[in-house]
Order: sequence, then structure tokens, then C-alpha cells
Amino acid sequence: MTWLDIGALDDIPQRGARVVKTVQGCVAVFRTGDDRVFAMDDRCPHRGGPLSEGIVHGHAVTCPLHNWVFSLETGMAQGADEGAVATYPARVEGGRILIDAARLIRGRAA
Amino acid sequence: MRKKLVVIGAGMASGRVLEHVLAQDPDGWDITLFNAEPRGNYNRIMLSPVLSGEKTYDEIVTHDDDFYRQHDITCRFGESVVRIDRANKVVLSNDGGAPYDKLLIATGSAPFIIPVPGHDLPGVITYRDMDDTQAMIDASHRPGGTAVVIGGGLLGLEAAAGLTARGMAVTVIHLMGHLMERQLDPAAGYLLQKDLGARGLTVHCKGATKAILGKDRAEAVLLEDGTVYPADLVCMAVGIRPETRIATDAALEIGRGITVDDHMVTSDPDILAVGECVEHDGQLFGLVAPLYDQARVVAATLLGQDAAFRPVQTATKLKVTGVDLFSAGDFADGEGREDIVFRDPARGVYKRLVIEGDRLIGAVMYGDTADGSWFFGLIKDGTDIAAMRDTLIFGPAWQGGTGADPLAAVAALPPEAEICGCNGICKGTITAAIEGGAASLADIRAQTKASASCGTCTGLVEQVLASTLGDAFQMPAAQPVCACTDLTHEDVRRLIKARALKSMAALMQELGWKTSCGCHHCRPALNFYLLADWPLDYTDDAQSRFVNERNHANIQKDGTYSVVPRMWGGMTNPAELRAIADAADKYAIPAVKVTGGQRIDLLGVRKADLPHIWADLNKAGLVSGHAYSKGLRTVKTCVGTDFCRFGTQDSTGLGIKLEKRLWGSWTPHKVKLAVSGCPRNCAESTCKDIGIICVDSGYEVGVGGAAGMDLKETQRLAKVTTEAEAIDLTVAFVQLYREHAKYLDRPYKWLAKVGLDWVQAQIVEDPDNRAALIARFDLSQSVYQRDPWADRATPQAQADFAPLADFTREAAE
Ligand code: SRM
Ligand SMILES: Cc1cc2nc3c(=O)[nH]c(=O)nc-3n(C[C@H](O)[C@H](O)[C@H](O)COP(=O)(O)OP(=O)(O)OC[C@H]3O[C@@H](n4cnc5c(N)ncnc54)[C@H](O)[C@@H]3O)c2cc1C
Ligand code: SF4
Ligand code: FES
Repeated sequence: MTWLDIGALDDIPQRGARVVKTVQGCVAVFRTGDDRVFAMDDRCPHRGGPLSEGIVHGHAVTCPLHNWVFSLETGMAQGADEGAVATYPARVEGGRILIDAARLIRGRAA
Repeated sequence: MRKKLVVIGAGMASGRVLEHVLAQDPDGWDITLFNAEPRGNYNRIMLSPVLSGEKTYDEIVTHDDDFYRQHDITCRFGESVVRIDRANKVVLSNDGGAPYDKLLIATGSAPFIIPVPGHDLPGVITYRDMDDTQAMIDASHRPGGTAVVIGGGLLGLEAAAGLTARGMAVTVIHLMGHLMERQLDPAAGYLLQKDLGARGLTVHCKGATKAILGKDRAEAVLLEDGTVYPADLVCMAVGIRPETRIATDAALEIGRGITVDDHMVTSDPDILAVGECVEHDGQLFGLVAPLYDQARVVAATLLGQDAAFRPVQTATKLKVTGVDLFSAGDFADGEGREDIVFRDPARGVYKRLVIEGDRLIGAVMYGDTADGSWFFGLIKDGTDIAAMRDTLIFGPAWQGGTGADPLAAVAALPPEAEICGCNGICKGTITAAIEGGAASLADIRAQTKASASCGTCTGLVEQVLASTLGDAFQMPAAQPVCACTDLTHEDVRRLIKARALKSMAALMQELGWKTSCGCHHCRPALNFYLLADWPLDYTDDAQSRFVNERNHANIQKDGTYSVVPRMWGGMTNPAELRAIADAADKYAIPAVKVTGGQRIDLLGVRKADLPHIWADLNKAGLVSGHAYSKGLRTVKTCVGTDFCRFGTQDSTGLGIKLEKRLWGSWTPHKVKLAVSGCPRNCAESTCKDIGIICVDSGYEVGVGGAAGMDLKETQRLAKVTTEAEAIDLTVAFVQLYREHAKYLDRPYKWLAKVGLDWVQAQIVEDPDNRAALIARFDLSQSVYQRDPWADRATPQAQADFAPLADFTREAAE
């Protein structure tokens, strides 16, 4: 894996998210209340809602458009809803956020 | 001939190495021990009890002169090693040198100093060694002395508690939202802060130090937010970094610490390193338990035995007498992890276990840590806990006891806690009535008046009945806020006031929330309740708001946003219209529409453009229209006396006055107003949350209308003769609604619950109460009536609204 530094942990508010633009679309990078980071496609499988704008609770996010809830760890929809979002390895080191570059830049098409 | 072992640093790690080596091979080595401090090995972690006066320095010495003499160790204390000459295998100090066959670097860490102005003034110290401790003890001898500790982690809090014990007035400044955020979750951090507060310590979270003020020595600390705390002594405890300077100069391999392999050997086979100065497998160490394991491996390597260092889990405790906290393992929650939370608000106890599969992987405990080491054992050993999962949280001693009482929150209320706000009835009055024979809600209402007015405390009264009468009382099923709690919205609102809960962490702890940080149902509601009840104390939490309120624009189905500037009372002018037209051109707005609320909507704006378009509109005097908020939306007006041949009063003017007074306020659901100049009602006042109809003799104020999913006609609140009275009634009504309604109840839904009579009694018939409501509304507006656009038309906000990174260009190349 090639880890790419995409910014400082403090660039994202706790229980919030920011996006990273790639050729295949935006990737949402979440920071949870316990300062972990998770990355997944910024597109809800329901009707394309921007997941980065959802409310983050525990290790889950609620889509802002119709309230589907997704696990940040697996990308799976929770409860009765069915669907999944692609996730990308991400971690924090020395206050910086690192994301697996190979998958981020070449993306799903590769 | 004996081999020469030179050790740099007489700290906790090297002390252990010496013991192991000497125990197994007492005569094999000729040992020289350098230490920058003018003393030998002592138990650094016991500096805190020395500071607080519970121990003396002599009691914490681990290796005394006798030990060094017995083992023939050459002590060179007070001598800093300044250079390692690897080619000739000698170390050089400021006072000579020493040759080595094997060298052990054990230089520990250096405290981090934030380079703010004034950091080098006398009176500013760190907390690392005996000299620092002595300096703090000396400073505390001055009567009435004040101290500021920067950093609310383990070290900072131990320093603060020690200084407090020595009689100083101490303030802790902490950058993060809660204390010890690396070891504690917000709930435990809240309890810790509460306990420290009760001991007289002042804690300032989210405080960034800007400068240390003083002429010849430290006198005060200035924060970024302008707060100034007087300080005769400033202790910086903001973190440590490995002391690697001599290793770097000697060109050893360095990461954040001195890189060692599993045998604790550096990139030079004759040089080993141990303790906080090392980095092993990307990891640094700041607690003694792993250092002791390293020390064992160092000794084995020196003695030619095979041993490998494997880091194990560590647990944290704070050494402040009377404060009980414990944390271990990974206590983040998440998918596939089960979170078991136990809260006993009355005793100030909080415990949280995190389980993955059938293993316990983390624990945070506050107030009762008796079972901490048992849980820690389960984590370290990876014990299968499937069989005891249901009762795990009660600890090893638990055998068939009872679980947590769902009524605990109410049972824990003291007798003087107010249950019914309308009638000022305390819990004690209600329990007295129950003891006197009252056995139902109706009895309580008749005998005490509690819950006989607005009724929002009904749930609480029932719980007092249930907790007092036990099984003799049948609780009606109430709808809880969400799966995170058993309490209803009404219960939560009453308890926030009765128990003065002023933060999300306080609320979730004291009311026994079942999740660590709520969910998308409860968090927006709680955020509103807290800001409505404590405008001065509570800090609005953007992350608990729905996207529209967080981004101050309505999200569209394609992820773009709409922007609606305020047009006061529906009035506008050519300059504003030009600014809107220019903005529509500049940002290539796909659709411009006149809304049903008498203003203009710019649809399809990209998020990154929002702060820019706002800045442009701001320049023309336009502010946010809050078309996205649970707050004041529009005040529709008709042209009124200025132009209309039927107009009776200045309906446009009144509408503008109302909008200017109410804008920016947050409410349980949206609030829309209208003012019509005569009963023909061109502004559609009769289907608004508050609608005013002007007539010859004054103003008819109606409330509780709507024209959305339900069509509701307003009910007449009162008829008044002056414009000022109409404004007063409107403001008081909005505040009453803000203080009592359930989140997401429009005024008509709330009115149906409390009744128009009750509302009239509060604001029409009771002038004192009306004035008090208005005063509370204005106080809240002093904090919240701010244009969110102006606040975000800054470079920082513009950066925050833009993507964090953009890889579209790199990939294209
Ligand atoms: C823009 C506008 C339609 C228009 O083009 O005219 C509009 C647009 C939306 N309305 Fe509305 N409403 C608009 C006037 C109205 C009116 C008419 C009025 O205010 O006189 C009503 C009926 C009156 C009333 O509220 O009682 C109205 C009743 C609703 C409702 C139903 C509320 C109810 O309690 O039943 C919703 C849903 C909600 O708020 O939960 C809603 C929600 C919405 C939302 C916010 C839907 C959403 O959550 O995204 C729409 C946002 C679109 C956008 O991105 O701008 N809108 N909406 C009007 C903006 C007025 C303004 O200047 O602020
Ligand atoms: C107040 C306080 C409370 C603590 N409480 C706890 C606790 O409760 N639990 C816990 O597990 N840990 C605690 N710690 C952390 C613990 O003390 C350290 O992890 C431990 O002391 C590190 O051991 P070490 O041998 O690596 O470094 P140290 O013990 O710091 O020893 C390094 C020594 O090397 C000397 N030195 C540095 N450079 C040179 C040089 N160039 N030449 C000569 N000498 C040099 C230094 O002067 C120092 O004496 C606490 C620390 C402090 C300061
Ligand atoms: S409300 Fe009455 S006065 Fe006002 S515009 Fe309509 S008809 Fe004219
Ligand atoms: S688009 Fe995400 S829930 Fe509908």
C-alpha cells in the first residue's frame, strides 16, 4: 500500500467529514468522536446523497437526504435498508491523515 | 577483562536494565552511568505524590549510593553526554568521556514547550523531573499564589491537583473539548471535570494559549478568546517527545524516536536503546509497563540470550487522590462492536465496555474502578466472555443481582428538584402527597397542581409515582426520544432544567444515555434544547445539526444548495436585486425563483461556492434568509397603509419590525409569520404560526396556523391596541414555544398538547411572566442573532467548505 497524506486530522471537525476529489468522484473522509478516520465513496447507493454531509454517530453516518445509516467500517447499510458503499483504508499518523493512494487515485476502475 | 557498558540516562528504564544485568551476571560488566540530572535513578512516576506532599523525595529513590557502590558502578551524575563517537567507541560529556564496548541510550523524553510569546519568562516550567517538582513546591509557599497549568492530560492534571493540595488557586487550560481525551471518552471526561471543579480547580476546555504575560517573570496567561488568568506559576504539560538529540548527531537511524529492532538494538549493533527515547515498530512509549518489558529484553541481549520485545496493552490511571478513573484497550465504538454502558448518575459512576466478537477489547471507567484490573486482564488475555456477557459490566463479584434501574434518573433527584415548572412544584411535595395517599396522576394534579398546567412534566410526575409506589403504579407507555434512551422529549426538557445540564456530555451521563454519542434522532433535538435553555453556557454543536443548518443552505437532490437572502417583510430594492442578479451570473446559477415566502431563491449553488456568494451578497447588505432552519423563516406582509386603499395599519412596517426582532433565533420547528393590513388578509396571516391581522381598532394576534401537511387556521391569542403590544405578544409566544415544545413539533402541534388557555394564561394574563419571557428571548438573541453568512465569509470558512484535497489533476497527468 502507498499511503498518501491528504491533510491534518484537525482539518476535519470531530464527528464530521470532508471530501477528497478524485477522477472517479468524491471520497468522503470522516473523523469520528474518538478521533479515528474512515474513507468511503461520497455517494449514497440510495439516490446519490452526499454522505460527507450526514450526521456522524459512533462509527456510522446517516445520509442527509433520506436517513439511511451506513457503517463507516464496512460501508454496509444498517437496519432494514440494503446497499453498500466502497470504503478505502485510512489511518492517522502524527496528526496527519493517510489514505491508500493506489485505490484513491486509480479508483474503482482499475 | 570485563566489558565496558556505558549507560546514558539514569531513569526508570535504565534502572531496570541494571537490575536484570547485575542479577544474572554480577561481575561481567564494568558499568558507567551518566545522568544529566544531578542524582541517580528514582521513581519518576511518584513525583506527583511528592508534589502533593504525600511522599518525600527520599521515599521515591529506587537506587541509592549503597547500590551503586556495591555493584561498583561509576556514577557520573550531573554530566550530560554531548556526543557519541561511534568510530572510536567513546562517549563525550561536558566534563570528559568514557570508552564503551556496548552503549545503552536511555535518555527518556523532553517535555514539549509551546513557543508562545513569554514562554521563556522565569516562572514558566515543565513537569518532568525533581527540579521541576521542587520549583513548583517553592512557588506554592507564597500565600494566595495562583497557578495555570497548560494541558489537561495525565501530567497536567497531576500537577494541578498537587498544586491545589499545596494551597494554590489553579486553572487548567486544555485545548480539546474534554479532559484526558486520549484516555477518556467525553462522558468520563465530563465526570472528571465535575469532580475537579468540586475540589476548587478551574478547568477551561477548548482554550488555546496565545501568550504568557509578564515583565520580568510570568504574571498571567492570555488565551486566544481573550480570557486572562493570573499566574505566579505557569506549568506547561502539553506533551513530550523522545530525547533523541545525541542519537541524531551520531547518525543512528531515527524515526520519531531512536529506531530499535525486537532486541532493542539500534542501527549500530553495539548500541542499544531503551525507554521513552525509542521507537519500536512505529510505536512510541510513554508509560512504564512496556519500558520494563524492554528492559528485560535489553538485559537478555547484552547477556547473549535470545529475547524479543512485544508491546502489550497498557492501562491508565490518574494518580490524584480521591479521583477514580481507569481506561484500557481500544474503547472506540464501531461496527461489529458491542458497547455496554452502565451509568449511575447518583453515585457519579460511568462504565463502558467495548466487546468485539466474544472478546473484551476496551474499557473506560469512572467513579468505581474496583473491577478495572479484572477487565484489563480479560482484555490482555483475550478471554472468551460469551458466557458472562450479560452480567459482565457488573464485574467479577456479580452473582444474580439486579440490573440498572430504568427510573434511576428520576429516583436520584433530590426532594427540592423542581418537577412542575408552571406551578413551581418540587419532587418533595409530590412524594409527600403520595405518602399521604395520592396514587394516580389525577390525585397528584388535584392535590399539588403538578402537571395540571402545560402538562409537559406529566411523564416525570408519573415516574415519581412509579419510583415511590413501585409495582403499585402502572406506568403508561410513553414514546422515548429514540433508542438511545427510555426518556421522552418532555422528560428530557424538564430534566435539563431541573438538573442544570449544560453540555451534551453532562446530559448523556446524568440521564443515563445508552449509547456513547447519541444518534441522528436525538443529537439535533438535544442540541436545540441545550442552546434554548442555556444560551450563555452551552456551545452550539454544528456536528449535531442536520446538513442544512450546518451548511446554512438547503441541500438539493443533486448535492448542490439553494441560497435565499432575507428580504425584510418582503421588501426589496433595485440595489439588492442587482446584487442578486450579479451573483446569479457570476456563479452560473441554473435557476432563480420567487418563493412562496416573498423572496428570491438561487438554486443549484456548489458547496465550495457558498462562502463566496454569501460574501458578495453580504456586500449589498443582504443576510441569510434561514430558509433552511428550524428557526424564524419569513414574515410575509401586504402593502398596507402606504399604498392600499383598504389598509388600516402599517402592516409592512410591523412585519419588518417583527422580522428584525426574531431573525436568527432557533426554534423547535420552523416559524413563519405574516401581517395583513385588513381582514382581506392578502398576506395569508390566518395560516401562519403567528399571524397578525390589522383592524381599525388595533391588532388581532392569531397563533397555531399552518398550510403544509396539515391545514390549520390560527386561533385568536388576543386582540391588542398598540403595535408594541402586538410585538410583545409575538416575542413572548415564540419564547414560550422555544422553552416548552418538543423538537419538530410546529406550534399548532404543541398548542394541541398544552391548550390555548394555558398559553393565554402565561403570556396574555400574566404581564410579569410575559416580560420575563421577552427578557429571556432577548438574552438568547444577544448570542444567536448573528448572520451566519458574515461569520463564514472568511478565508478559513472558504477553506473548510472546499475539498480537503484534489487528486483529479494528478491522475490526469
Ligand atoms: C422555496 C420554497 C418553495 C418555493 O419555491 O416557493 C419551499 C421549499 C421547501 N420547503 Fe416549503 N418552501 C417554501 C414555502 C412553503 C410554504 C408557503 C409559505 O411559507 O407561505 C409552505 C406552507 C406553509 C407552512 O409552512 O405552513 C411550505 C411548507 C413546507 C413543509 C410542510 C410544513 C408542515 O409543517 O407541514 C415542509 C416540510 C418540513 O418543513 O418539514 C417544507 C419544506 C421545504 C423544503 C425545505 C424541503 C427540504 O427539506 O428540502 C424545500 C427546500 C427547497 C430549497 O432547496 O429551497 N415546506 N413551504 C418556499 C420558501 C419560502 C421562503 O422564502 O422561505
Ligand atoms: C510526573 C510524572 C508522572 C508520571 N506518572 C506515570 C504513571 O503514573 N504511570 C506510568 O506508567 N508512567 C508515568 N510517567 C511516565 C514515566 O515516568 C516515564 O515513562 C518513564 O520515567 C520513562 O523512563 P525512561 O527511563 O525512558 O526515561 P526517564 O525516566 O525520563 O530517564 C531519562 C534520564 O536520562 C537523562 N538524560 C537525558 N539526556 C541525557 C544526556 N544526554 N546525558 C545524560 N543523561 C541524559 C534525563 O535527565 C533522565 O534522568 C510519569 C512521568 C512524570 C514526569
Ligand atoms: S390586506 Fe387589505 S389592505 Fe392589505 S393589501 Fe390586502 S386588501 Fe389591501
Ligand atoms: S440518497 Fe441517501 S438515503 Fe436517499
